[in-house]
Amino acid sequence: MSSFIGTDVVIIGGGIVGGSAALALRRKGLQVVLLERDFCGSRSSGINFGGVRRQGRPLSQLPLSQRAHEIWGRLAEHIGIDGEYQRCGHLKLARTEAEMQALVEYERRTQGHGLGLEIIGRNALRQRFAGIGDDVIGGSLCPEDGQANPRLVAPAFARAAQALGAQVFEQSAMRSVAFDGSRFVVETVQGLTIKADAVLNSAGAWSGSLAAQFADGVDMVSRHPSMGVTEPLPFLLPWSLGVEGGNIYCRQVARGNLVFGGGLGHAVDADRARAQSATLLSQFARIAQIVPAFAGASILRTWSGAEGYLPDKLPVMGASRHQAGLFHAFGFAGAGFQIGPAVGEVMAELIADGKAATPIDAFSLQRFPASSLPPERTA
Amino acid sequence: MSHSHHLPPVVVGAGPAGVRAACTLVQHGLAPIVIDESPASGGQIYRRQPAGFTRPGAALYGFEAPKATALHQDFDAIQVQVDYRAGSLVWSARPGTLDVWSIAADTSRTLDWSQIIVATGATDRVLPVPGWTLPGVYTLGGAQVALKYQACAVGRRVVFAGSGPLLYLVAYQYAKAGVEVAAVIDNARLADQAASLIDMARQPKTLLKGMYYVAWLQARGIPILRNARLTEVAGQAQVQGVSWQRNGGDGAVNFIACDAVALGYALRSETQLADLLECEFSFDALNRAHLPRRDAAGRASTPGVYLAGDGAGIMGADAAELAGERAALALLADRGIEVSDARTALLDRRLAGLAKWRRGIEAAFPFPADWARSAPDHLVVCRCENITAGELRTVAKDTGASELNRLKALSRVGMGRCQGRMCAAAAAEILAEVVRVPVHQVGRIRAQAPIKPLPMTVRIEDEAP
Repeated sequence: MSSFIGTDVVIIGGGIVGGSAALALRRKGLQVVLLERDFCGSRSSGINFGGVRRQGRPLSQLPLSQRAHEIWGRLAEHIGIDGEYQRCGHLKLARTEAEMQALVEYERRTQGHGLGLEIIGRNALRQRFAGIGDDVIGGSLCPEDGQANPRLVAPAFARAAQALGAQVFEQSAMRSVAFDGSRFVVETVQGLTIKADAVLNSAGAWSGSLAAQFADGVDMVSRHPSMGVTEPLPFLLPWSLGVEGGNIYCRQVARGNLVFGGGLGHAVDADRARAQSATLLSQFARIAQIVPAFAGASILRTWSGAEGYLPDKLPVMGASRHQAGLFHAFGFAGAGFQIGPAVGEVMAELIADGKAATPIDAFSLQRFPASSLPPERTA
Repeated sequence: MSHSHHLPPVVVGAGPAGVRAACTLVQHGLAPIVIDESPASGGQIYRRQPAGFTRPGAALYGFEAPKATALHQDFDAIQVQVDYRAGSLVWSARPGTLDVWSIAADTSRTLDWSQIIVATGATDRVLPVPGWTLPGVYTLGGAQVALKYQACAVGRRVVFAGSGPLLYLVAYQYAKAGVEVAAVIDNARLADQAASLIDMARQPKTLLKGMYYVAWLQARGIPILRNARLTEVAGQAQVQGVSWQRNGGDGAVNFIACDAVALGYALRSETQLADLLECEFSFDALNRAHLPRRDAAGRASTPGVYLAGDGAGIMGADAAELAGERAALALLADRGIEVSDARTALLDRRLAGLAKWRRGIEAAFPFPADWARSAPDHLVVCRCENITAGELRTVAKDTGASELNRLKALSRVGMGRCQGRMCAAAAAEILAEVVRVPVHQVGRIRAQAPIKPLPMTVRIEDEAP
């Protein structure tokens, strides 16, 4: 079976970035084809922790993160569901004086960015939540950060784009992409050929090969978070919790289950990853340390995914260095869920208008020295 | 296979397949590690009573008592040669390693393996009916275990419903134990059972036993309602009765008062461990399930993994004993240890004969393929997460979900304590009905550790002794 489609933009990857870019492009009146080799939002966008968090991000990400914060506030208008999003607050805990100092320092550096951080000392923290573990000496609360259900939110962006006329092809893996001198020609394994004026590479941890083909190769590695969830428990935990250093994080959903992560799983093959037993057992002890009441719960399920990391843990967002019409948005270093909806809008602006309304210079490919590129051919 | 096997073979499960595998390995000079979740060997079918319980074997196992006794004795006799880890759950696995939770000590240890026999057995296949979450509703297997293990009945007046060989057996066992059996409601038609006599006659003793149970129940005036199904389990805080009707009849609904129900539609294989071990699966029409592939000897696609017993396709306890031995012989041969060709050939012949009998059983107790169509929207399919058939239909229609893991992600079906072990078969039927595809096309729920719920109190066990 083969068929042909002409379009303005073809998006490779139906995660939260690709889905929200498709939605934003349709709102700008462009024709969009979205290719997803699995199901939209079924990979890292859909299996991540579900923290909707600005706190802890590098300063360069905060304008984008603030823009995303506005989108999350009107999520149902965008995607038609609430996605279990709630602004419950994100509390980052300190277990040592050094960690506390780091939280205080972050609060000082981010003043004026609208996070509204509140440093809470040992006693005040216990007055607000008696269940906190003895080893915790304080924390930093971002009251309007929160949590959402990535399983529901991530696929909904692609569905919303589809409802506005984007052509979404699931279980459609890209076989080849080439630039024929005037347009891009994308072929899928299933026999679909798409001609487009622009390509958005938003294939997550699998974005590297497409980038490399157009001499935009970067040194990206995949990491695999080790995630788990408990049985439903009496509701107890008012905030989404993290710790300075990041080796444990958890949130309790309205239904009562505690979702947690921290530490790495392992790759099964190029496509699949699983949680790691040793990591999981270490997570148990860390959860017991910060919220002892959870220590006796049973876990029901673990999982992992593949997240792309660049050496500086910042994403790549922007135009190709060499190929007009090619755009990249990948490498979100395990922290793409909250900013994803804004990334999609910004990429749509870049593609449709040639410039972004939110600063993203820090994420340009230009930050990597050309000499670090592997030998490659231009298309 | 010629790679070195410095590690002892591992057998997971100490039911009929696992015990026979372990005995065969010991006979050939190996000292296997046997890991079993239960406190004592025997599996579900030959489950042993707790210490201090004194019901005799004939009462516990009926006609099967000699087989049960032989299995127990043979395993007890090799205790010195095996590293037997009772009360231990393999909660996670990957090629080369297992994670084993010692339940009493509440510790976990990692165990390296190079050859493993997976004999994980089966649970009841459940097709829900409205009211099935009421206290007093049990699976057939669960009702049998209550009686066998601790001499408890699930009720005073019990209805047995569903399909499969267990239906009449458990009803008979309950009646013999002095429980009032209110009725047996069999989804199959007598005609199906008659038509399958030729295949079933390959195991004449088994066939005769089945006929004996039915005749025994009938002789005591216990209603046997064939070609009929439950439409509802009624009650407020507890089962008070069941409604039932004839398949394809005039729709008239009848009521039977009772205080407990045991239901099931044959068995389903416990395949999570094989899945975590990266074994390839394929759809098996006879079992109406995706099962790990195995060759006639039991070799799975993952090197060093052998599958035996009901965990890789339902064949019953007799076949499990043969398959356990057969898998062990394959393991030994792959290890370079000489095994008897004559014995191997005999096992292969017997297993082939049982496979034909197994087809006869399926014909006698066919899967109710119209179950999904008849499931009302308010029916709870996933009892852990309280997801109804109607919700599944709505999610599938609204999102276009056509694959079972996708439906799980979008609806929560299979996300609760059972992780789909109890509800996935029914959810797959509902999804296939909505998408209008054969059930094999909607796939299967991928296994994710832990295989069963694992408490966060578990700690890593210190250095192996």
